[in-house]
Amino acid sequence: MAAKKSTATLDVTGLKCPLPVVKASRALAAMKKGERLVVLSTDRASVPDMIGWAKADPRVIVERQEERTADATTVFVHTLRRTASL
Amino acid sequence: MAAPRRKALVAHRRATRAKVPTLPPALAAAVRAHVREEVARALAADRRSRVTRGANRATIIVFSGDLDRVMSALILANGAAAVGMEVSLFFTFWGLGALRRGTIVAGDGALSRAFTALTPSGLSRLGVSRLNFGGVGAKLLRTMMKQKGVASPEELLALARESGVRLVACTTSMDVMGLSPKDLVPDIEIGGVATYLGDAADSRITLFI
Repeated sequence: MAAKKSTATLDVTGLKCPLPVVKASRALAAMKKGERLVVLSTDRASVPDMIGWAKADPRVIVERQEERTADATTVFVHTLRRTASL
Repeated sequence: MAAPRRKALVAHRRATRAKVPTLPPALAAAVRAHVREEVARALAADRRSRVTRGANRATIIVFSGDLDRVMSALILANGAAAVGMEVSLFFTFWGLGALRRGTIVAGDGALSRAFTALTPSGLSRLGVSRLNFGGVGAKLLRTMMKQKGVASPEELLALARESGVRLVACTTSMDVMGLSPKDLVPDIEIGGVATYLGDAADSRITLFI
């Protein structure tokens, strides 16, 4: 097993539903099993959306979600992991 | 004052505590590892079964030709495609206006020509279901959506195509609306009620918008 799997970052700040999930889905589809994708979003709905996505789609796991606030802007940081393709 | 009693109580508990046999550390570790492995295997099987259990499709009938409703359908379609579902959109009646290619007068015969001239000639010409005011409302909504970072209906339709969303126009309602395939944007499938039923029977989600 590889010691460290690569992590990509996707910035979808400013975009509204369904674009954060749509773009994250495309990025993740091109990734390999075990790789991580960090998604930065300003859309509050992206928090439950990522959870819903992972529930419906076996290709993704939401590992971590956090809120970062700087200069009165809140950014939601989602750490997703690509699981086995079917 | 209460100290002797507490002492007695502690002694009593100690004496009556159930004797749990302890496993040798190596064996305990092996058991823990085994349980962890089994749980992981069961979880993985469950995740797989969610998609293999049945087709994972969403089917939406777009009946309305209101911009806001068509937007809802397109947003849902893109979202469903993004979460790995197969998606079909069936356009009927007023919804066909979203697929017209922009020619104001379409169809053959006076009635069709008059009817098509009076109905929106494409996605860009759709009005909103409330406060449209002859198209001003739709313009306002588009401006507001753009400001807020919401994708435009045109972008959503293009995205849907890219994601492989099936776009089907219903023939019967095309006839009723005076439209033929040449009046629609390219690459639209032509289908009927059984096309819808075939996909809907395979779907876990089906909506009429």
